[in-house]
Amino acid sequence: MRRDVFQAIADPTRRAILYHIALEGKTPNVLAQHFHSSRQAVSKHIKILTECGLVKQEQSGREIYYYINPKKLKEIDKWLQPFRTMWEDRFGQLDNLLKNQKTKRS
Amino acid sequence: MNQKNQTTITKDPSNKKLIVVREFDAPMDHVWKAWTESELLDQWWAPKPWRAETKTMDFREGGTWLYSMVGPDGSRHWSRADFKKIIPNKSFIGDDAFCDENGKINPEMPRMHWENEFSETASGTKVTVEITFSSEEQLEKIIEMGFKEGFTMAHGNLDELLVAQKV
Repeated sequence: MRRDVFQAIADPTRRAILYHIALEGKTPNVLAQHFHSSRQAVSKHIKILTECGLVKQEQSGREIYYYINPKKLKEIDKWLQPFRTMWEDRFGQLDNLLKNQKTKRS
Repeated sequence: MNQKNQTTITKDPSNKKLIVVREFDAPMDHVWKAWTESELLDQWWAPKPWRAETKTMDFREGGTWLYSMVGPDGSRHWSRADFKKIIPNKSFIGDDAFCDENGKINPEMPRMHWENEFSETASGTKVTVEITFSSEEQLEKIIEMGFKEGFTMAHGNLDELLVAQKV
């Protein structure tokens, strides 16, 4: 199987895993709690993410923590697009708010 | 208000700055209020499915906006904006940071310098947001967080997968 970032984000569970570890490292147990699927299934996805270079792991005491590998995310085409989506969503809400303000005040 | 206005996002050559430009079909004072009054900011600042919730807002030079982004499961991520310079109905400049609920800054997370400029156009108000980072890496970190938010929004069914989530 192809092992690159596109492969990594092609699956919704893997996107969800990335989402969960984007801000802070998570142990396999904590991560598995977020999913209805079995821990084995989650492990399998983590393995693929690791092989794609998107997830790094670090040992801390007896626990393993999974982290996102930000360098790898750069490879994703149109990497600015999600940032744009976020702002467009935000501004869409602002449009609605401004529209309501106008109606209220006129 | 017929068609959605376009958002332009560019990266400056130093790779440390993002420039976001957008026009709004509303008069200057409405747009200014929406960007500077917490009751209004709370209604639009957070991209779905999160919502912004202000803890304290002191919009004056030297003042701070302390707020959190609240996820659907109630988890919170705190941010603060410290206002440096305010020219009413024209511009405001400030520094942003991720922090805890008491406003204590998280040094691990990227800090951002914001310059927001407002100008009148024929049909409304143009807003130019310049976000400056201390390094290219910090900029990338923020893009990645946008990435996270972006793909969450793009996939509504993701909610089913997530029992708990964060900003």
